[in-house]
Amino acid sequence: MSAPAEALAPMVPRPFRVAARWPEMRGVVTLALEPVGGPPLGFAPGQFTMLYAFGVGEVPISISGRQDGRVLQTIREVGAVTRALCAAEPGEVLGVRGPFGSDWALPAAQGRDVVVVAGGLGVAPLRPAIRGLVADRDRDGRISVLVGARSPDDLLFLDELRALADDPRLHVAVTVDHAEPGWAGPVGVVPELIPDAPFDPSNATALVCGPEVMMRFTAEALLARGVPAERILVSMERNMKCAIGHCGHCQFGPEFVCRDGPIFRYERVRRFIAVREV
Amino acid sequence: MESTSLEQLLAEYEFFGALGPADLALIAGCGRNEHFDAGGFLFRQGQQADRFYLVRAGRVALEIEAPGRGSLVIDTVETGGVVGISWIFPPYRWQFDARASEPVRAVGFDAACLRQKADDDPRLGYELMKSFAGVLAQRMQSARVRLLDLYSDVRTG
Repeated sequence: MSAPAEALAPMVPRPFRVAARWPEMRGVVTLALEPVGGPPLGFAPGQFTMLYAFGVGEVPISISGRQDGRVLQTIREVGAVTRALCAAEPGEVLGVRGPFGSDWALPAAQGRDVVVVAGGLGVAPLRPAIRGLVADRDRDGRISVLVGARSPDDLLFLDELRALADDPRLHVAVTVDHAEPGWAGPVGVVPELIPDAPFDPSNATALVCGPEVMMRFTAEALLARGVPAERILVSMERNMKCAIGHCGHCQFGPEFVCRDGPIFRYERVRRFIAVREV
Repeated sequence: MESTSLEQLLAEYEFFGALGPADLALIAGCGRNEHFDAGGFLFRQGQQADRFYLVRAGRVALEIEAPGRGSLVIDTVETGGVVGISWIFPPYRWQFDARASEPVRAVGFDAACLRQKADDDPRLGYELMKSFAGVLAQRMQSARVRLLDLYSDVRTG
């Protein structure tokens, strides 16, 4: 008995060619991917794909932007598959499934202040949202972009952050855990930037992405400032394999991160996020 | 006259939020407005801790000089924050350098004056200690969280 083609489609990778590749910082590379035939990849900010290095393996990678019709994916080298992806040269073909998952729901933030909080490589899945917010000239509400990293050398998209800081419509603050001589910005973890960010907590939406412990501290700081839990969005990360909620590898309490997330309202995940067994 | 305006100014800051007008007047009597250019030191490691500062505008970096590595910033204090804890505890010596990362306006308080008033009025002293205990707890929490190395990537794949 054979499965219908449409049921298999999400599991079949489409071939995408590496159109360009550039290093972002030590161990982190961005690939610009274009389809080998077929339509371009449509996506909503916050979604991810499953990237397949043929003969090595497949991993979930968030989409970090679009450029000249190509989809951008920013990858940190943390194992065999990501090492192969980071090493992919222009012209090589990779497999792409997706995009998958929930998104940052930007239309729901229309008319509200938006606070974007990113830690480490969490800037990557937030960049399409930031670009979308900035490009929307009609939108009301202030935009705050708060970024934390281990050190100045670990700041992703630093040139883009600098350009955003020059935009009078935005409040941009960047902090590091460990400063080197010459760093004149704040030193501390990113939740410490929340009390001074210019937004009205009663009418704000927060988009948060980074390692889970960082998101927990950030969400609690946002709650302390008065942002309701239903308007704090966090991007969860678990061991995603099938990406369509079948295999169960990414189960998080009653949710599957790949299918129900990766972006959740904090009120949905708050009671599980600090549970050691989940 | 100046202490009256300083008292009103202090009332606007959360750090002094628990204090009533009479206490604020006493504390304001030990304070004065100060300005530091970018790069200027509020105090230096090892010197006598004879003041503390409420930052009204700007950023102050707490630094330690590491041989061969230069000045390392261990923390920063922004507008509304307090710089200087060592004035409370013997031997009243600064543990770090405090340098203005950008032009800083601050209220500087005379430590001996404040310690005397706290000794004379233990209730005032207790209120002040509660405020500083809050600062210490927040900085200890911050240091602990940074020890976690929040941004490290533990994934493989």
